[in-house]
Amino acid sequence: MKTSRRTFLGGVSTAAVLSASGVAFAQKKYDDGATDKEIKIGHTNPYSGPASAYGVIGKTIEAYWKSVNEAGGINGRMVKFITRDDGYNPAKTVEMIRELVEQEKVLCTFNTLGTPTNTAIHKYMNQKKVPMLFVATGASKWGKPKEFPWTMGFQPDYHTEGVIYAKHILANVKDPKIGVLMQNDDYGKDYWEGFREGLGKDANKVVKHVTYEVTDPTVDSQVIQLKDSGANVFFNIATPKFAAQAIRKVADIGWKPAQYLNNVSASVASTMKPAGFENSQGILTAAYLMDPTDKQWDDNADMKAWRAWMAKSNPQGNVTDASNVFAYAVSFLMHETLKKCGDNLTRENLMRQAANHQKLKLPLALPGITVSTSPTDFYPIQAVQLQRFQGDTWHLFGDVMHAEST
Amino acid sequence: MASTSKKWVLGIVVLAFVVPLLKPIFPDAISDYRLFLVSTMIIASIAVLGLNLLTGFNGQFSLGHGAFYAVGAYTAAVLMDQLNVPYWATIPAAAIVCFIVGYLFGLPALKLEGHYLALATFALALAVPQILKYKWLEGLTGGVQGIVLMKPEVPFGLPLTEDQWLYYFCLVVMVILFWAAANMLNSRSGRAMMAIRDQYMAADTMGIDTALYKTVTFGISAAYTGIAGALSASAIAFVAPDSFNIFLSIKFLIGLVVGGIGSLTGSVIGGIFYVLVDNSAQALSQFVKNDLGLPFDLSAYTVFGVLLIAIIYLMPMGIAGGLFMAWRKIRGAR
Repeated sequence: MKTSRRTFLGGVSTAAVLSASGVAFAQKKYDDGATDKEIKIGHTNPYSGPASAYGVIGKTIEAYWKSVNEAGGINGRMVKFITRDDGYNPAKTVEMIRELVEQEKVLCTFNTLGTPTNTAIHKYMNQKKVPMLFVATGASKWGKPKEFPWTMGFQPDYHTEGVIYAKHILANVKDPKIGVLMQNDDYGKDYWEGFREGLGKDANKVVKHVTYEVTDPTVDSQVIQLKDSGANVFFNIATPKFAAQAIRKVADIGWKPAQYLNNVSASVASTMKPAGFENSQGILTAAYLMDPTDKQWDDNADMKAWRAWMAKSNPQGNVTDASNVFAYAVSFLMHETLKKCGDNLTRENLMRQAANHQKLKLPLALPGITVSTSPTDFYPIQAVQLQRFQGDTWHLFGDVMHAEST
Repeated sequence: MASTSKKWVLGIVVLAFVVPLLKPIFPDAISDYRLFLVSTMIIASIAVLGLNLLTGFNGQFSLGHGAFYAVGAYTAAVLMDQLNVPYWATIPAAAIVCFIVGYLFGLPALKLEGHYLALATFALALAVPQILKYKWLEGLTGGVQGIVLMKPEVPFGLPLTEDQWLYYFCLVVMVILFWAAANMLNSRSGRAMMAIRDQYMAADTMGIDTALYKTVTFGISAAYTGIAGALSASAIAFVAPDSFNIFLSIKFLIGLVVGGIGSLTGSVIGGIFYVLVDNSAQALSQFVKNDLGLPFDLSAYTVFGVLLIAIIYLMPMGIAGGLFMAWRKIRGAR
């Protein structure tokens, strides 16, 4: 708690500027994990095991902090980003996070990945009062400031997205008979529950609901079952490989439903192209980030800047992988949050600043989609926009939808 | 010889009981996190011992002990979550449930020898996470979301932290289980188990009820591993199907082979090995990349694999066997 004259004066002037946000910068204040020179951030990610495809997110975030440090750090402090492999095993995540919090003494954790893995550490982080920021999961339970004041989500949750599709179907399809294909895990269930909630009393419009396991070789038989049920709407809750198989099979067997595809598989390169552009026409999805394989963004300034950054700072990263866009955008949010903390790097202030973003523009977010949080709103991004596949790209239509989550 | 090794064991157990009490004197060296890590090693040791009873002492192969571990963990979790059973009471319950499951699985396993048994158990390990997600069981198991539990609280107002208490709890369970296993192996039944492993036909001819011994051993082995699972549910305070993938079974097998097949000490070493190496392989691979500045981007599993091959090559009898041989050489040289 040393206060030099200069920092004091600097602090007073900053405090005057920022007095609206009610933050005093008069003193340097630190909790574990922050010093004059360094900010320690912890992270877990599945670099190995069944979900290792998400490992690229950790690598891109690591590259992001490296480039921040090369540019002089945050308010003169270097970011020490410590990332651990939990193999998507919740028991392992607990072990790793305890090491990061108790041995490494990180200031906070950031973008820990996975629903079961984050569930395993949810209570622990809140007992220890360590910020658990911008977790990488689409479940809807991360924005509960009352019960869990130290945990904050990031992306629009799957539940809300499911509600949006349901409402769109009821408003736009005449006499809908809905067939649902779902991956049988937490992610699939979240979509499915949101979708049913969105249908409300029309839940009986779902004429067939089939599931697949990630270990299944194909979803052909499931798609055939859906067609035989007489459905005229197809809601595709599948990861890219299976989503592409399903879209292709729908075309192969001559089924012509209105197709809704979850955002998880909205990548042109990994879903639409393998499914065949001719089979993908008219499919609807909701989005909040730009798809790096969608050529309509080729001339976008954000996209150009991101590609240049990828080439320079993350050359081994794949520029067609949407995970890299996600990692960049979420790291930017963390970066902004830490910047706003100034010299008050306590855990309490970090949470206060994280809950104090007003219409922050994220790089690579769709036009009109911004980050807003408040002490009662721990859902940074809640807006999505619908888009329809035409030719070989997505076409945005309608308004940006701000869905209040449950 | 027997009395010296008994003294050694006693010494180590006393040490294990005393060291955590020094926490106020060395708060950095004996941190809560380290105690938690040692607790996970203890749990792993019990699980490896379970597998060792089956494979090391009875000669039946299992690639699926993760399944029994999961059954034990879920038995404990469901009892705590649905019926508010205290955590300590879930240990015997998990043992009984797993014994029954293991015994029943042991019946058809009688017809399967060697590789076929290995494959059947492998299938069991693959099936269990899926069964846990099954919709009829979802009300109990919480499906893919798993079950969030409370950590065991320190009883009687003892001046211990939660992690210290957990450590002692695990340690006591471990000591009891190892003592029971040592006694069993030294008895008539234990000799019968090993006779079946060494010479099946001879054992049969000698009048040993091989079918009974094999199925009961399967049950006991499953019960040990199930107890480890129940302890882990309390330690981690969360269970989900993703915690019990096929890698878990393979890790038990690695712990068994590396520690020492057919050795009680080997089970302890195996448990310690797999927790330690699993964690340090990652640190080591990052050390190679960041601190030594070598241009190898080794994955943790590469380091793990290289270590594994080195150990198997240098100590074909496992670490316990290797140490024993080294000890004999030193004494012989004197």
